[in-house]
Amino acid sequence: MRLIRLFALLIALSGVPAIAAAQPQPPKGFVPVDEVPPGEQIPAINLVAAAYGFVWLAVLGYVWSLARRLKTVEAELSELESKKR
Amino acid sequence: MKKLTIPLIGLSAAMLFMAPFIILAAPFESTMGLVQKVFYFHFPSAILYMTAAVICGINSARVLFWRNKNADAWAVAAAELGFLFGAITLVTGPLWARKAWGVWWVWDVRLTASLVLWMIFGAYLLLRQYGGPGSDRLAAGMALFGMANVPFIYVSVNVWRTLHPMTSVVPTLPASFGIPLWFSFAAFAMLFTALLQLRATLEHQRLRVEELYLAEDEA
Repeated sequence: MRLIRLFALLIALSGVPAIAAAQPQPPKGFVPVDEVPPGEQIPAINLVAAAYGFVWLAVLGYVWSLARRLKTVEAELSELESKKR
Repeated sequence: MKKLTIPLIGLSAAMLFMAPFIILAAPFESTMGLVQKVFYFHFPSAILYMTAAVICGINSARVLFWRNKNADAWAVAAAELGFLFGAITLVTGPLWARKAWGVWWVWDVRLTASLVLWMIFGAYLLLRQYGGPGSDRLAAGMALFGMANVPFIYVSVNVWRTLHPMTSVVPTLPASFGIPLWFSFAAFAMLFTALLQLRATLEHQRLRVEELYLAEDEA
């Protein structure tokens, strides 16, 4: 009975090299490819949209800020000039 | 000049609204593809960024050497616009570079000197806002350093090795790329002129308010 168990274990272990050989082998060094894998490519549309979005936001924000400051100063100036008269 | 401001803003707004459609119709660049379209906003803002530094520098020299108060208003206006267009240049550039070069930023002479100029504008504006009496002359001195930086920024790409395209790219552009670029440039240039005029007007009015307050205190 013991001998049978030992035999079964030897049979099972003999399959291990075959299973190991079936596993994908790790690359031995850097493997060159002609194109960047699709998952690694940066979507240009996001970068272009971000750039154009920033330009519009910055310009509109500045125009709004300038208009607000001009309105405040003009009101202050007309008040002071009317006091002076 | 003041009469031209509102039509200039209207025209530049209409052109900036049309610009994306004209840019979309332009052909793709063979190696960079879609991301090259950032160029149509990046280049005009970069040129106006350097123009603002020159305007600010010349007017600051007039403040320093001839004590011209009118020039000071133009210097402040140009510094604020330089800060705005510098921010646009320094944000759109890395967004383009990430795809075209594979990195957001490289510490080459063009990019580093452009960042230094933007920091000079930032320091100038902070000094004007919080520096107290005498800060106008100190800020004017800083603006001269900013202006001295401009030729250095412009020629650096032709002198030192860099990933950034050289200055010869724009003059040799084919018409299919050149037309959208110069259309966009015209729109930005008109916007810049109108905003410069408005910002200088604001500064003149602030000076007038200060004068009136002083006169009120003396009376």
